Formats: sequence, structure tokens, C-alpha cells
Amino acid sequence: MDAIILQILNGLDKGSAYALIALGLTLIFGTLGVVNFAHGALFMIGAFCAVALQRLFGLSKTTIDESQVDFLGNPLKVQTPYLESWFGHDFGQALIDWSVPLAILLAIPVMLAVGYVMERGLIKHFYKRPHADQILVTFGLAIVLQEIVKYYFGANPIPTPSPAAFRGSLDFGVLVGFDANVIIYPYWRLVYFLFSGVIIAAVFAFLQFTTFGMVVRAGMADRETVGLLGIDIDRRFTLMFGIAAAVAGLAGVMYTPILSPTYSMGMDFLVLSFVVVVVGGMGSLPGAVMSGFLLGILQSFASMNEVKSLLPGIDQIIIYLVAIIILLTRPRGLMGRKGVMEE
Amino acid sequence: MTKNNFSRRGVLKTGAFAGAGLAMPTIFTASSASAFTNAPSGSSVKFGFNVPQTGPYSEEGLDELRAQQLAVEHLNGEGDGGMLNTFSSKVLDGTGILGKKVEFVTGDTQTKSDVARASAQSMIQKDGVIMINGGSSSGVAVAVQGLCQEAGIIFMAGLTHSNDTTGKDRKANGFRHFFNAYMSGAALAPVLLNAYGPDRNAYHLTADYTWGWTQQESIQASTEAIGWKTTNNVLTPVGAGDFSSYIAPVLNSGADVLVLNHYGADMVNSLTQAVQFGLRDKMVNGKQFEIVVPLYSELMAAGAGANIQGVYGSMNWNWQLQDAGTQAFVKSFGEKYGFPPSNAAQTCYVQTLLYADAVTRAGAFNPCAVVEALEGFEFDGMGNGPTLYRADDHQCFKDVLVMKGKENPANQYDTLEVVEVTPAAQVTYAPDHPMFGGAEASLGECNDGA
Repeated sequence: MDAIILQILNGLDKGSAYALIALGLTLIFGTLGVVNFAHGALFMIGAFCAVALQRLFGLSKTTIDESQVDFLGNPLKVQTPYLESWFGHDFGQALIDWSVPLAILLAIPVMLAVGYVMERGLIKHFYKRPHADQILVTFGLAIVLQEIVKYYFGANPIPTPSPAAFRGSLDFGVLVGFDANVIIYPYWRLVYFLFSGVIIAAVFAFLQFTTFGMVVRAGMADRETVGLLGIDIDRRFTLMFGIAAAVAGLAGVMYTPILSPTYSMGMDFLVLSFVVVVVGGMGSLPGAVMSGFLLGILQSFASMNEVKSLLPGIDQIIIYLVAIIILLTRPRGLMGRKGVMEE
Repeated sequence: MTKNNFSRRGVLKTGAFAGAGLAMPTIFTASSASAFTNAPSGSSVKFGFNVPQTGPYSEEGLDELRAQQLAVEHLNGEGDGGMLNTFSSKVLDGTGILGKKVEFVTGDTQTKSDVARASAQSMIQKDGVIMINGGSSSGVAVAVQGLCQEAGIIFMAGLTHSNDTTGKDRKANGFRHFFNAYMSGAALAPVLLNAYGPDRNAYHLTADYTWGWTQQESIQASTEAIGWKTTNNVLTPVGAGDFSSYIAPVLNSGADVLVLNHYGADMVNSLTQAVQFGLRDKMVNGKQFEIVVPLYSELMAAGAGANIQGVYGSMNWNWQLQDAGTQAFVKSFGEKYGFPPSNAAQTCYVQTLLYADAVTRAGAFNPCAVVEALEGFEFDGMGNGPTLYRADDHQCFKDVLVMKGKENPANQYDTLEVVEVTPAAQVTYAPDHPMFGGAEASLGECNDGA
């Protein structure tokens, strides 16, 4: 029982990331009809917003300490962050320590802008082209984006720790009556799960309870009719692209303490997220979220030693296996709508 | 009506032989006209530096490339000479090799065996290189070593730590300066015994490929020899990213030590996540839970940040050593590039000089003469203390460093500290050791491509 709870918890944070990326993918597909293979790159750019802010906060004033030497025997250059000089040691250090959550504030405008430029500058030219063309151009864009990030930040993972207050883990087992150390769950993963819940709820609330959201939903259902009513649906859809980019970016920012950012992290998530979208049902927002969590948890279960000893290699193929089964039994995915990608 | 003598089977057979002949790479046929593959004829000789310039290990590959370029400069008499000033062999005088200027071409392995082989093949066929050096993965090293053997080229391996490279996959044309997984285990075990005691239960997470398997086998054997028990060994996919589902069951398994047989980004992620799960804060079996990372690199240590503090591992070499060879190399490299070299850089630099030295001592570029010059060669002054290139398996035997993540780093390069220099004798093993292919393992015959 404890092993089952443990793997459900483990699946939650991975599922949260899948759900957030798949939500953005579905938003873009549902509004613009574009299969966006650059969406993983948006997740990666979000993660690098956290790295950028960490570097920005770490900008330092250099002083020479004659009493110490560097590795070449020259007087040591001591770096003191400007934040410490300006705001005092304690507050300066606290800002640096909280750079990952604070990066959300940077990531929102950056990702909205990236999404807007991407959509207006490139993707809008491919609306009327076949899906294969869209996939090729967005995949190419993803490669360009990741090479740009690699050029500036290198290929190695960059440590981006969570704030000190969230390091360590919660002994969840003790809370539910198990022995100590049986079910442990890192605090930051709990934060990530709650954060993703808030973002998902906010996106749904935005679409459900605002006039803007209502128009967008109407446009998703029948773009032509909404256009005939004199509403500039294209402008709204462009904004939705920006919002989808921001959702992916925020997922990336908050994931950095779990997975040290590298330029290739987006590609790793992209393929899985597409499977999540397909399993959830193309164009279905609740389907994307549900399937994200479901596949995250299943992947976690498949990594258990007991399961792996029975079915070696199952942890590598479980998601695809489930996708095959679901598509065979429910060709439109779990919550797919009739007519989407069926013409 | 005419009758022909062709049978369906005969035509197929003839076609198959003709096809095989046409498909055979020209590197295996074209060289028959010359004395040996890519015999240098002009005033220069060309090396091939085959390193990962893109992909997950590209930082390591680029550092190797920096060191290789530095080695070429020193061989051609440019710069301050670096380790040529401290090398015990004095035949290299900064005028190239046997009067020929050293040039080089580079290839990108992308840390993929097939890409690395294609890149090496291109350097041999198109660029006419006489020696290939580099690599940041055992899978790549084994693949390229095999190709060089077939082509009649010397392969001076870069960063490859699997026992197999000079074990069951050893080749007469291949040489490894870097240490191996067995040596890591032999060096680490006494330090772990001293630090954590004999009554420990180890849980291994192991990268699922040749290097991970041989490292796990080596560490398990060496830790069980000091009284530790092995609770479990879980194979993890390379590039898994999130290792949480593998880490979560560790505490409940009765283990009190986690051994991470991971490298590169996998090691950074698994260590970071293990620390996030609070493993190092826990008491298990009445003892503090510990993590061990058997193979360290400076670049990985930088990626893992504070998570590495207090964690034991091993290295081939470290820039903080105080011997004359290390100081000369760190000075040359540091002044040129502005930061200290990694141990991957050092092994590639040393391998390049060792090859040049062997050619000069042999008085010929013929690969078989070079093999003869390198086999059993004893040298010093290259940063690792007295070193032997063993003739039986082409593995270097030298001191091994046991490292620990520094508790209070003074600067960004100060991530690891040397806690023990394990003497070469303690990490030496028999050439027919079962972990290295046993009695069946053989170098085979040297191939000069003639």
C-alpha cells in the first residue's frame, strides 16, 4: 500500500508538468489549429527565465583580495553580488535564494512576448498549410531556439535550487499512519503540484467566466460564425497563443529545482506531451489535464522494481503502450470531440 | 533456343559477393598501395580530434578540444611548452613530430556511437589522419576503437571509464590513459570503509549501458569486500531526467547508502533529486544516510552545485594537484582559456603528447611501431605520478584520486577536494581479471592497414 501511495505522489509532479504543457498544446491546437512542435522549447525557455534571473541577481562587483590567490597564483578576484551591496547581505541573499519563484514575474511578460512574436512572425503564415508543414516548421523552430539557448548558456545542466525554505521532504507516511521514512515527498514537488493546480484552474476560469474566454470558446467551436459577428477572433487567438506559451513557460520556471535546466529539456517533454494530448483527446482541455496526470502516475508505477522485474523495460514504453490501447478502444482519446482532426 | 548456365542461386551468390565487395569501405582496400594507412608524405602530419561538440557531453568535449589544441601548439613549439617541460621523456623538442608540423581536424561525435564512427571514418578517409584522440563516452570509445583497429589507425582514447574499453573490447591499436571503473572501486572502498564503517547496505542506481554496468559491478565487488551488503541494483534509462520514481523506494529498502552509477546530466539530476528527497538528512539503521558518486568530473560537480558537498567520488586527475606536471598544464591552459582544465582535458592533452612521444621514440609513424613504443612505456611528469602503459591491455596504471564535494567552496572552481591519492599498486589488477574479459580477452594483432 505504501508503495502505491508513494508512486501516486511521484506521478503527480511529473503529471503536473505533462498536464501544463499538454494544456498549452491543446489551447493552440484548439484555437489556431496548429500542431506546435515548438511547445517543448517554450517550456525550456521558461526554465531559462529562471536561470537568467538567477544570473541577473548574481551579477557581482569584483574586488581584489591581495591576501588570497586564484588557481594561477594571481590575487583573488572576490565577487560580491550588487544585490547585497544595495540591499544589505540578508535581503540580498534572500532575493537570490528566492530567484526561482521570483522568475515567474519575469517569465510571464517574456513568454507572452515570445508567444506573440512566434505566432505573428512565423506560425500565422502556416495556418492554411497542411499539418505536416506546421510540424516541420515548428520542429525546426524548436531546434533553432534550443541551439540559441545552448550558445548562451552552454550544454551542461545549470543548478537552480529551490528556496531554502522548501528544501527537504515531507514525511507523508507519518501523516497517514505509516512508519517514518516510508513515504517521503519533497516539499518543492508539493509546491509544484499545487502551483500547477492553480494555473490549470486559472486557465479554465479565464475561459469559462470571462467574456474574452467565452468568445475564444465560441471561436474554437465555430470560428467562421464568430468572425461574421464582427469579432476579430484572430487577435484573440494570437493572445491565446501567448497565454499558452506563458503556461508552458511557467511550468518550466517552477520545474527547474526538480530538473536542472539544459537546452534539450524541452524536446524530452515534447514527445510525451503530444502523447498526452492524443490520449486525452485532440482539442479537449480537460482531457489533456486528466491524461497528463494519468500518464505521469502510470509512468511512475512502471518504474517500480516489482513491475520492472515482471516486465523488463516497461518504464520506457508504458506511455506509448497505454496510448496504443486507448486509441484502439477510443480512437478520439479519452475526451476527444467528434470532428477534430478527422477531416 | 539458347541455353544459359545461370541458375537463380548462382546469380544470387555472385551478386552477393560483388555487392559485398563494392560495399566494403575504401579505407580497408585503398591503403594497400602504401606502407600503412595515411602514411604522412608532406611536411605535416594530421591528427583527428573526435569529441562531442554538440549534445549532452559537449561541454566536456569542448574542454577536450581546448586541451588538444594546446597540445598541438606545444608540439609545434608555440606557447610555453606546458607538460613538455616536465615529461620524463625528453625526445619532443617543439619542432613537431619527426620534423613534421602537427595539424589537426576535428569531428563531432554527438556522444552517439554511430555518429562517432562516421566522423572517425571521414577523418581517416577524407582528411588522412594518422591518429584519432578523444571521446566522452565508453560506448563511443569502444565503437571508434574498433573502427581504428580495422582501418590501421592508432586510437588514443579520451574520457572512457568502462572496464570493457581495455577489457573484453581491448584492441591492439587502442590505448587508454584514463582510469576505469575497477580502479574507482579499488580506490574508493578503503576511504568509504574509513568514513562510513563496514556495516552498510548499499542501493545502486545504474545507467543502463556498458559503462554503468561495469561500474556497478566494480563498486559492488569492492564494497562487498569491505563488508557492505548490496540491497538492490536498479537499472535506469540514460537521460531519464526525473529519477524520483527510482529514488523514492530507496529509504524503505533498508539501505543506508545510495550509490549513483550515473554520469553527466543524469548524475546531476539523480543527485539533486536524491538530496531533494532529503535522503542525506535521514537516519537509517541507526546511521546517517549517505550518497556515493563513484565517477566525478569538475563539470558535473559544477552542475550539481551545493548538492555535491560531502559526497565521495573518484577522479583520474584534478587541477588542484601540486606536482610540477599539473602546475605546468594548469598554467598553460589557465592563461590561454581563463579557467582550470577538467580531467577530460588533461587525459586528452596527455594522450596527444604520449602519441607524439611514441612516434619520435620509434622513429616512425607506422602504427605497429607506435604500438611497440607505447607498450610497457613508463613515464612521469604528466600530472599522475609514475605511470605505466601496460603491454597486456594498453591500460595506463597510475595513482587514482578519491575526491569529496567541498563543504565551503571559496570560488566557482573550488567544488571538489582531493581526500586521498590512492597509489597505483592498490588499483592494479591482473590482465585476465574476470571483470576485464577474463582469459579470453585479447588485444589481437596490431593493424597498420598495409
